[in-house]
Amino acid sequence: MKSSVITFPGSNCDRDMDVALKKFGFKNKMVWHADAELPKSDIVVLPGGFSYGDYLRCGSMASKSKIMQSVINFANSGGMVMGICNGFQILVETGLVPGVLLRNKYLEFICKNVFVKINDKKNKYFKNVNNEVLELHIAHNEGNYFCTNDQLKEIEDNNQIAINYCDENGKIEDKFNPNGSIKNIAGIFNKEKNVLGMMPHPERMIDRSLSGEDGSLFFKNLINNLK
Amino acid sequence: MIVNEQVAVDHGLKKDEYAKICELLKRTPNITELGIFSAMWNEHCSYKSSRLHLKKLPTKGKKVIQGPGENAGVIDIEDNDAIVFKIESHNHPSFIEPYQGAATGVGGIMRDVFTMGARPIANLNSIHFGSPQHKKTKNLLRGVVHGIGGYGNCMGVPTIAGQTSFDSSYNGNILVNAMTLGLVKKDKIFYSKAAGLNKPVIYVGSKTGRDGIHGASMASASFDEKIEEKKPTVQVGDPFTEKLLLEACLELMAGDSIIAIQDMGAAGLTSSSIEMASKGNLGIEINLNKVPCRETKMTPYEIMLSESQERMLIVLENGKEDQAKKIFDKWNLDFSVIGKTTKSKKIELYFDDEKVADIPVDTLVENSPMYDRKWKKAKLPKKNKIKKEDIKHLKIIDVVKKILANPNVCSKEWIWQQYDHTVMGDTVQKPGGDAGVVRVHGTDKAVAASVDSSAVYCWAHPLTGGKQVVCESFRNLISVGAKPIAITNCLNFGSPENDENMGEFVECVQGIGEASEYLKFPVVSGNVSFYNQTKDQGIKPTPTIGGIGLIKDYKNMITMDFKEVDNLVLVIGKTEGHIDQSLFARIILDEKNGPPPEVNLFNEKNNGETLLKLIDNKLIKSVHDVSLGGIITAVAKMCIKGKKGINIKKPKYLINEIEYLFAEDQGRYILEINKKDFKKVADILDKNAVHFDELGTISENELYINDKTKVTIDELSTSNKSWLTKYMSK
Repeated sequence: MKSSVITFPGSNCDRDMDVALKKFGFKNKMVWHADAELPKSDIVVLPGGFSYGDYLRCGSMASKSKIMQSVINFANSGGMVMGICNGFQILVETGLVPGVLLRNKYLEFICKNVFVKINDKKNKYFKNVNNEVLELHIAHNEGNYFCTNDQLKEIEDNNQIAINYCDENGKIEDKFNPNGSIKNIAGIFNKEKNVLGMMPHPERMIDRSLSGEDGSLFFKNLINNLK
Repeated sequence: MIVNEQVAVDHGLKKDEYAKICELLKRTPNITELGIFSAMWNEHCSYKSSRLHLKKLPTKGKKVIQGPGENAGVIDIEDNDAIVFKIESHNHPSFIEPYQGAATGVGGIMRDVFTMGARPIANLNSIHFGSPQHKKTKNLLRGVVHGIGGYGNCMGVPTIAGQTSFDSSYNGNILVNAMTLGLVKKDKIFYSKAAGLNKPVIYVGSKTGRDGIHGASMASASFDEKIEEKKPTVQVGDPFTEKLLLEACLELMAGDSIIAIQDMGAAGLTSSSIEMASKGNLGIEINLNKVPCRETKMTPYEIMLSESQERMLIVLENGKEDQAKKIFDKWNLDFSVIGKTTKSKKIELYFDDEKVADIPVDTLVENSPMYDRKWKKAKLPKKNKIKKEDIKHLKIIDVVKKILANPNVCSKEWIWQQYDHTVMGDTVQKPGGDAGVVRVHGTDKAVAASVDSSAVYCWAHPLTGGKQVVCESFRNLISVGAKPIAITNCLNFGSPENDENMGEFVECVQGIGEASEYLKFPVVSGNVSFYNQTKDQGIKPTPTIGGIGLIKDYKNMITMDFKEVDNLVLVIGKTEGHIDQSLFARIILDEKNGPPPEVNLFNEKNNGETLLKLIDNKLIKSVHDVSLGGIITAVAKMCIKGKKGINIKKPKYLINEIEYLFAEDQGRYILEINKKDFKKVADILDKNAVHFDELGTISENELYINDKTKVTIDELSTSNKSWLTKYMSK
């Protein structure tokens, strides 16, 4: 399986993603933001970080960079595109997934483990994951997912919510919401479910000695689903 | 502008220093030259009050590749890997403008590390604030934490450990000390020594603006009521540009075109160019019109003294300019050939085709002032005796809860959750333990790091306090299973012109020196911050020690959480019942006087090394060193972290229960072992003459003391975790 990770100026989880993808069997290529062509890929990943310093709206500058036109074309033709954290912010800026990401409710950066409940498994990202709940790690300042009521209705009607913040038993309540996201949304799909944006970082959970191992489950499953 | 004695005094120079400048130059300096002298001769850059004493610190060792004098210290961690590390203060700017002050402190120390060719792999910080009741404290704390996070998070370097304290002596002068560790191949370390004639001198990074002019001079003066006016002297950070600069520099360093490289930190272009020239015994000629400027009509004086961030100066091999420029173009950074090395041994500056400065380098460096300041030796205070009537009404559990909720002991989760501590995917011990631990990427090795300071002990008796901080660092590294290698120090003191403050400095440095010599824990880098005082009021002496240790296999790392019910808990090191200067004395008895606990270096070394042997033999399940709040506080924290209880039995000593549980005697650790290993462990401890007590057995979720007092771990946890969150949300 071939993967591509895009490096924008200010990306800082690009290496971590490269390590994780390779660990679970992907042949990964790092792709520079100023390139025009995407290498042949089974999945394209937009990694976390602070692209262009996030000095404008998070992700907005990166969404206009040269490589993104190819990424958007790739996604529109059904290619798998996954955005993590800043990558998710870039995805909402391109319009590939609906909604926006606001500053966290308490106006502070949050770095900690969270639990998320998988809402939909009829897609190549979560199909065959045995668990209902994953323990993942978040590290962000702008992860407060927001959309209009009409958008929310559409998202729910199409079953586009990928994961919701919850407790270890899968209970989705406001007190388990770390950043104020509407409906505890931690990740969403586009309508066709080939594009996934999510705040949690599975690449930081690939080793028992790190924050946990549920990221391993995610990647093992992902490569199997793509085969 | 005409330069005279008054202008020099306004620049922070003393009258006799100005006379010396005129004598060295054999003429009156012009304003640009005066600015350069004032920047190089201030306390922050010249170490004029401290140099004499710093020379006495042990700086050599088998593992030391580079000691003090470079951008950072370097130690060998085997397999051609080396760790570059240093701690630095950013106290004055952080008080004036907490967000930018703290942010640029973090940015500056990371630059010091990657200047040497190392990729930063971990950040730490030691931050100290005034009393929580003081009107400025909350905003300063919030601003500093946001600033540290804002910079480090954006850079993608994990912040893995830290220390936060509150003390009214910091009401008018907070401390922000930032530390960075970087990883480099031993044969790819870069230094700041220029070499060769007519080599191009290159400016890279951000453009130069008017920010931070005289920052280093500001950091070399006391505060007064006009402090708010100094805001323009604080630099503004741009972590995004620094991230680009990091990547661009590392890309350039992969080749062989760099002769020397130096970041522009305090005193900007002035100190960076002069340091490179001085180390290389060369001259440097710069055309200031070539310096990329952010603002129009900047004068040579402003260009030379700006402390704009995210800039570097590089001496390149001839003919490599185009190749280097390509890399900086790719990362959208300025790149400008601004001058060349010369044989003149002078710093010669040109602007609009005119020579605007012409100063022999040695007058700025070797001939800079060095003072043997007057200092007063501190007396060891008399011991207090605890009166029975003061303690008989005390309920131990209430005291424990009060100590766990004390601002200096309570959980700092509110702070470290705002720092990205897991990026780079190698953090194997997060903040909240005895030391932070990161793996050396792609290997089984891991590096442990800790920052420590004990201002109260140093204030009570500087010599003992200085020793104690080094021992504390040693213990924290051993507690996670790391072999201590070397330290960096950040020496925060009041005015060196006050003989008591100077005495505190001299004796703390002596104490640090004695302990680091004995423990073979050399000082490889550091920084001095004097004038942490407002009017006549100095801070408590606060030397901060950043320690580094190596764990050969990260899977053998130890954490402090209690692991398993029925396991045995031991205390190693003798408890003598030293209550003076303990948290118990200060917050329960309201007794502020008395000597700090004595430091016995033999016991420190022996206890620590024996514990490492036990860890190597895989006999240890968890460890925590005993510090603030004594045995009971250490044990309570292990219970909270492991969500386990314990039955404690005080050993039959002559000292009473209060003394046993709350004393802050040094050289002690709490450890958890499996019952079946007791004999093996006891044998090793006996053979090495290490005193130990059997303290108790791990249980479900309650803490019992001598079968009569008990409390649930949930209750203790609430006491420990709620203070800071509540304080910050009010």
